[in-house]
Amino acid sequence: MLAFVLTLVLLLSIVIVLAYAERKVAAFMQDRLGPTEAGPYGSLQSVLDVLKLLQKEDIVPAAADKSLFKLAPILIFAAVFAGFAVIPFTPDLVPAGIGIGVFYLLAIISLDVVGLLMAGWGSNNKYAMLGAMRSVAQIVSYEIPAGLAILSAVMVCQSLDFQEISYQQGALMNQFPGLEYEMNWLFGIEALGINTTTIGGITTWNIFRAPILLISFIIYFIASLAESNRAPFDIPEAESELVAGFHVEYSGFRFAVLFLAEYSMMVLVSLVAVILFLGSWNTPLPNIGPVSLAYWTTGTVGEVSSILWGGFWLLSKTFVLLFLQLQIRWTYPRLRVDQLMHLCWKVLTPIALGVVLIAGIWRLLMI
Amino acid sequence: MRTTERKAIQHKSGFWDVVKSLVSGLRLTWKHFKNANNRRTPEYVTDKNYFNQPDGLVTLKYPYEAIPVPDNGRYRLHNEIDDCIVCDLCAKICPVNCITIESVKATEEIGVTSDGTKKRLYAPVFDIDLAKCCYCGLCTTVCPTDCLTMTPVYDFAEVDIKNMIYHFTDLSPEQAEEKKQLLAKQQEEMAAAKAAALAARKQG
Repeated sequence: MLAFVLTLVLLLSIVIVLAYAERKVAAFMQDRLGPTEAGPYGSLQSVLDVLKLLQKEDIVPAAADKSLFKLAPILIFAAVFAGFAVIPFTPDLVPAGIGIGVFYLLAIISLDVVGLLMAGWGSNNKYAMLGAMRSVAQIVSYEIPAGLAILSAVMVCQSLDFQEISYQQGALMNQFPGLEYEMNWLFGIEALGINTTTIGGITTWNIFRAPILLISFIIYFIASLAESNRAPFDIPEAESELVAGFHVEYSGFRFAVLFLAEYSMMVLVSLVAVILFLGSWNTPLPNIGPVSLAYWTTGTVGEVSSILWGGFWLLSKTFVLLFLQLQIRWTYPRLRVDQLMHLCWKVLTPIALGVVLIAGIWRLLMI
Repeated sequence: MRTTERKAIQHKSGFWDVVKSLVSGLRLTWKHFKNANNRRTPEYVTDKNYFNQPDGLVTLKYPYEAIPVPDNGRYRLHNEIDDCIVCDLCAKICPVNCITIESVKATEEIGVTSDGTKKRLYAPVFDIDLAKCCYCGLCTTVCPTDCLTMTPVYDFAEVDIKNMIYHFTDLSPEQAEEKKQLLAKQQEEMAAAKAAALAARKQG
């Protein structure tokens, strides 16, 4: 229960910061000022937006399928929020440390699609329906390259446990039960003879343990943009065509929940990308001889220092990815539906299949 | 024209060309993001940098900052009533009849304007309806004492359109009534004096 409350509070604060950052970053990239009035530099803008939404009337359209309409936002948010249960925030802090975390996450996020379809169908509005259908088509399609990219990381790590994958990517690897005698080699190739088990830092991140994962990281990142309906894959929402996609009929608290779910999805996919490919909560600084930067910036497991350092690294890496998502949104134009499907089925999926094959071979080199 | 189009399409079709163009897009937005510390400064139009802002944010926080308007710009009218001789020229030339003037003759000379013209008329009503005003500036050119001018104020929107009528008179209604009565009294006296003089001449 405590983990639930803490995760919710953490998620809400990240989303508030993200919504503010979205507006400021967009403004700066377009040579505007962004919000300036609410609080210093407009920093209270997103808080006030939420308060405004909560005061709004909760309108349910007369011809809507009321039970579906009312249930959909809750289901969408619950599906995304349930994904956070298996995210390891620090070396010894994970809301639910289950052994099949990756599998669970992929399964629970897919439930999101049901909620989207419920919202679109329940609204009894053609634009909402179109938006929901586009959204579902897109999310279902992009789950394949995303899943394959994750699969290649899982093959290299030989684990479905996010915490175990995290430990493998740092100098603390041998402290995880079951990994006491594992060793990391530079680029995962033992023949090179450079043991990075105690060097840690960036040299043991998954994209360096097996450089092929850099490609799967890029594939996953592109697919995750599509899964969270972000530009340039935002045709389900396409402000200029569909008003607001599947949530066009929602207002007040229900809209706030949908909005929250959308931003939570962004945070979740960035967290997963960081955990699987960019070293999770591990520091990027390696131990260099006597200068043990990695140990200094990791803390001791089980103490407050490791919680602070782990949380700091995980969140700062996540924010870098989130910033990249924002920058991409304000840089690239939206893809057409056929281009979207072309990219997914004819480009990303074949490459991801190839990457899975190579990752398997790479794993053979690592043992 | 057609060949350039074809060339452009061909040019962008290779994998590395696409990657390059994607990266250049990111670089462009990053450049703008990085330059967000620079701001446009409120400069006058004659300033050398007015049309030449290389980078940074282009918007001004309007109510707090504004680009200065030109000196000869035509914005809100202002009448300096102390200098006004109530000659009614402005009301006559106004193409949209937005100036309403009522005048009352003074019983004596009431003073001089700043350029030395004698004032002989009171203005119990000097109203300019800026909602009607077309900002042509004709009234300011005919004004003999240069008391009617255009100010650099352009942001004076009102919720109630009645507030767009600006009252420039310096007399309260009571004072105006008093002046009217003074004038009537003086005219009565003058008429009486005239009648007396006429009667005296008839008798004589």
